[in-house]
Amino acid sequence: MADLNVRVGEVKLRNPVMPASGCFAIEYAEALDFNKLGALVVKSVSPKTRAGNPTPRVAECCSAMINSIGIPSKGLAYYRRELLPPYTRFDTPVVVSISADTVDEFAEAVAEMSLPQVAVIEANISCPNLEQDGMAFAMTPETTYKVMSAICRRTEHPVWAKLTPNASHIAAVAKAAEEAGAHALVMGNTVLGMSIDVRTRRPKLGNVMGGLSGPAIKPIAVRMVHQCHRSVRIPIIGCGGISNADDVVEFMLAGASAVQVGTASFLDPGVMQKIIDALHVYCDETGVEAIRDLTGQVKLDRQLSDRWLRFAQQSG
Amino acid sequence: MKTHKSTDEQHSGETRMPVAACFQRNAERVASHRCRVAEHRWVNDRYKYLRLTAQADFAGTTKPGQFYQLRCPTTDSAQPFLLRPMSVYGVGPEAGAIEFLYNVTGLGTKALATLEVGGHMDIVGPLGNTFILEPGYQRIMVLARGVGLATMAPLLRHAAAAGIRTTAILSARAPKDLMRDEFLRGTEASVHCAYDSDGSSSVEAVEALIRRLLAAEHHDVAYTCGSHRLLMLLQRVLQDHPATRGEVAMEQRMACGMGVCLSCVRLFDSEGDKQFLRVCREGPVFPIRNVVGEVEFG
Repeated sequence: MADLNVRVGEVKLRNPVMPASGCFAIEYAEALDFNKLGALVVKSVSPKTRAGNPTPRVAECCSAMINSIGIPSKGLAYYRRELLPPYTRFDTPVVVSISADTVDEFAEAVAEMSLPQVAVIEANISCPNLEQDGMAFAMTPETTYKVMSAICRRTEHPVWAKLTPNASHIAAVAKAAEEAGAHALVMGNTVLGMSIDVRTRRPKLGNVMGGLSGPAIKPIAVRMVHQCHRSVRIPIIGCGGISNADDVVEFMLAGASAVQVGTASFLDPGVMQKIIDALHVYCDETGVEAIRDLTGQVKLDRQLSDRWLRFAQQSG
Repeated sequence: MKTHKSTDEQHSGETRMPVAACFQRNAERVASHRCRVAEHRWVNDRYKYLRLTAQADFAGTTKPGQFYQLRCPTTDSAQPFLLRPMSVYGVGPEAGAIEFLYNVTGLGTKALATLEVGGHMDIVGPLGNTFILEPGYQRIMVLARGVGLATMAPLLRHAAAAGIRTTAILSARAPKDLMRDEFLRGTEASVHCAYDSDGSSSVEAVEALIRRLLAAEHHDVAYTCGSHRLLMLLQRVLQDHPATRGEVAMEQRMACGMGVCLSCVRLFDSEGDKQFLRVCREGPVFPIRNVVGEVEFG
């Protein structure tokens, strides 16, 4: 059996497979052994109480789904008292995902949730469903730096910055998060999208726009992991359309140290265990002794363009 | 928080698991089951009957009111991405057999309708809570329309097996759409039919019928599924019959089907408050009196 252990900075994981925030909850204990996952990532909590967005909150697209749930929340005290405890009873690191509207509110919430039973804080600075027109802190390097540095000043816990594929200059955003003190990046959240029912002429989501997820967005996420990997030294957690072990390997080759599985769990609640099992098979079949050795190992031929140009000169 | 041990216990099935207390557990175990199509045929112009078999104990683990999520096949014209929640029409007699009765209406069910006998499909479940049918009941009422009839069919079998008598009110567009035999499946019931085609399914007519039946004999519980109009009607009528419980199986657009994604919420009266509950987890069966007669958001 291959060694599936990975490290994300100082955090050791038994394997690189963890759920994506919002696509995981305690109810999956009916379908999975939580002691076999790399980490447990709990759905984002916001300090403000929210009812969530209008229904319908989900619609399907080609090889994808689009959602606008809107982070329903009963606040931090309720989360701490009622929602968090069940996840901390396993022998698996718990990642608490936090979302907030302002820099101060964000930093305050992170400080309050930096509890001993929590291994990592994931700063969800990229939810496309909360702000006007999908704006989020992670859309620009400046706002990313501002919020991440405020957050990192208020906690001793490792902080992962969850970035958005909607940012136009991802390398700069990634760099800003690193400079602000993020311990790792999660690349990334859903792609802002919209879908219209042509019979009723209504948007398919109550919130009009929403986040696209699923296999359709995987190439976008792989590309952005690759760009982040070129731009920062901190570890990257790949996320976007992963549904099998090959997808995990692809993200790792692009530069990810670990991955998050989201939408695929909605199609099979047991899929994360199947992916972990299949990673063992992949490693055995391809002679990989330790899966962490795959990170960033995409084979790039840096002279290819030059060779091609010389070759192409032969043409008329 | 130490825990290897407690979780081993969780999966041994021997001890009550520590996690069980912290969420509403609807099934001991939920999994994706690879099924073979044993039977698949039209029952009328719009509805199809589907029988699947798998190496699984569907009959032993699936309770009335529960549903499964179906991974509908992809065709040239339809590639459904999300699973389709579908209530269980029946299970058994063998452990690994499960039946669905569905309206061929949207992208998913149109793709599903192309599935051939001998083909395969994955289904995830069992999901959701169940109808409550107490052994001490004497008589129950079921009020069904459309696909709601498939959802409530298992109740009739369980009631018959427990010696509970059934009053059934079936509503349909026209006599050819009623699916009376598909609903009763050989069980005894006093059946009342209502049709759009002759006006007998109007709210006024059905309300008068229900009031007459409830006045004539005590019913321990009234169940409904398949029509928001009938649900609201029953909620109104039950105000005058406090000793009769009411239960409804509801629908909502879903993704995960397990209570994880929070897509399928509806508003309910809950402990003196109004709360959004997940149709897939706290439901699909809810007390009729708790339903908030909401504006339809889709």
